[in-house]
Amino acid sequence: MYMLRRAWAQMTNEVLVLPSRTMVLVWAAGLLLLPLVYSDAYVLRILTMTCIFAIFAASWDLLAGYTGQVNFGHALFFGAGAYASALASLKLGVSPWLTIWLGAAVAALFGYLSGFLCLRLRGSYLSLATLAFPLIGLGLLFAFPDFSGGELGVSGLQRLIIGPTANYYVACVSMLVIVFGLWAIADSRFGIVLHAIRDDEVAARASGINTPRYKLTVFALSAAAAGFAGALLAHYLRVAGPSTLEVALSFQVVIWGIFGGVATIYGPVAAVFILYPLTEWLGSFKHIGELRLLIFAVIVLLVLLFMPRGLAPWVRDKIEALCPRCKQRNFVFRKKCRLCGAPLEAQVTRAERLVGHQ
Amino acid sequence: MLQDILVTGLVNGGVYALLAIGFSLIFGVARIVNIAHTAFYMLAAYCFYTLLTRGGLGFTLAGVIAVVSVVALSLLCYRLVIEPVREHEAAVLIATIALGLIFQELMLYSYGGHFLGVPSTIDGVVRLAGVSIPYQRLLILVVAGVMLAATWLFLYHTRTGLAIRATANDLEVANLMGMNVHRVAMITVGFSVGLAAIAGVVATPVTSVHPHMWLDPLVTMLAIVVLGGLGSLKGSVIGALVIAYVEAITVFTLPEGAHLKGVAALGIMVAVLLARPEGLFGVAFEEER
Repeated sequence: MYMLRRAWAQMTNEVLVLPSRTMVLVWAAGLLLLPLVYSDAYVLRILTMTCIFAIFAASWDLLAGYTGQVNFGHALFFGAGAYASALASLKLGVSPWLTIWLGAAVAALFGYLSGFLCLRLRGSYLSLATLAFPLIGLGLLFAFPDFSGGELGVSGLQRLIIGPTANYYVACVSMLVIVFGLWAIADSRFGIVLHAIRDDEVAARASGINTPRYKLTVFALSAAAAGFAGALLAHYLRVAGPSTLEVALSFQVVIWGIFGGVATIYGPVAAVFILYPLTEWLGSFKHIGELRLLIFAVIVLLVLLFMPRGLAPWVRDKIEALCPRCKQRNFVFRKKCRLCGAPLEAQVTRAERLVGHQ
Repeated sequence: MLQDILVTGLVNGGVYALLAIGFSLIFGVARIVNIAHTAFYMLAAYCFYTLLTRGGLGFTLAGVIAVVSVVALSLLCYRLVIEPVREHEAAVLIATIALGLIFQELMLYSYGGHFLGVPSTIDGVVRLAGVSIPYQRLLILVVAGVMLAATWLFLYHTRTGLAIRATANDLEVANLMGMNVHRVAMITVGFSVGLAAIAGVVATPVTSVHPHMWLDPLVTMLAIVVLGGLGSLKGSVIGALVIAYVEAITVFTLPEGAHLKGVAALGIMVAVLLARPEGLFGVAFEEER
């Protein structure tokens, strides 16, 4: 009983006071409860895919947004996870429940390797060099079709579970666990170090941070999450094809990440939950189905013109205000800060405004 | 086979050099990683195809109109899409990706996904030291050579070229010295896209026109630019020749060469980056922090 009351107090004091936290809570609860009230197979299928891609986008954000290693070849990890899991379950006959972990491990290895190759690269060089890695993998897959199935990929895989609702729950629960896990990592001391590496690597090194070790860890961690997503998708679609390594997928994740707002984790996830169902929905129309990628690109372009920092930070700034004294976030309609009681609208006198004090 | 390798490498190297120099210039002057660069190359090819086969214009006229209209379009895109978000690096990046996708989808919608062929601009072959070279490939080579020379003259012997090099070197100081940095960026974008459009027009008769034709040269071009060093013109030309020859050698000597040519080219790039992270002729990193 005490635990319950404590949980309720936590809820009202920490979660419900902020609209952004409330939105996250409603979103998570809604995802978990949806199949109970509405279990259309088509909708569940789209949401399952959305959940899988949300893991992928969030893992990109940890690497590119927080650490500043803007990876243009994130599809490498996705594809590595998909192919490793698919080949292991098909050729060795292991249960897919085990091989998805193998997929994540192989992807982490690939992440470590590409991180190692990129340790000395920075900025645009790193982006352009990483773009090459999945293409090297793709070329090798096509060159050895006996092993990889060539253009057709590895097909005829086992599903994790039978039935759309069960599959949806597998994807949804793993998405919630991984995304909240990545969020916790990004919010911890580890995440602060990552911010430091992105903002000024030389200064971070001068402060005694072993930046190569951190970068390699993040590469492996982010790749593991992406590989897990790839393995989930392979077993859900029952095929691991070359499309998991294409440039288009690498660009797609960059678009999701930046559209949602980098270095937030929840931003890219929100972007996937908006953009992926939107493109699928557009694709279901007869006349504009062919144009869905065009409409997608135009929407991204227009939204960026108005919110250059991305969707999630823009929304967050609209509904929440920063307390001028203690720098905590508050609901925008509050008069006083919920923690320190300072008036939220700073009293700016005319003289201060003239010299630019805000 | 040796002659084939020599000729193919040189011709592809010329096309790649035109693309890579433009990309490198835009990056150097405006700090834009222009993913849509090869999309303009594709647009020029489509425009040339339309004017030639449907409009019935002559080769020269069609080529000139294609290049001019693509350059105008690129300036419009720069003004409307890139300039409003210039301060946000990430937004610029995905704006160019989105532009490339938009062009691809527009072409897919209006021309369909199949491969379109453009008739050879000039027929016939010339025999040179026992190798027969089609005039078309010779034309590509000549145009590439002329354009490279023109670029060199423009950058090193005109006042505008001086301004472009100064802006690439240090944007803030160039601005303080009274150069109109925005106009310099506009000129650079127009000039670079012009190079890409010319490459598209002369190269279409030996390749085919389709909506996804911008992706392959995009990756090759990025590899070249990284290999040669971002923002270095000499590096772009040498990188283009290196990558083109590596591709040609792989295609002609290995059994699965067509699939492995990208692997070989990108592998060379990764190897160079491991030894010299700033590329062959790039500026060392420690200077800009």
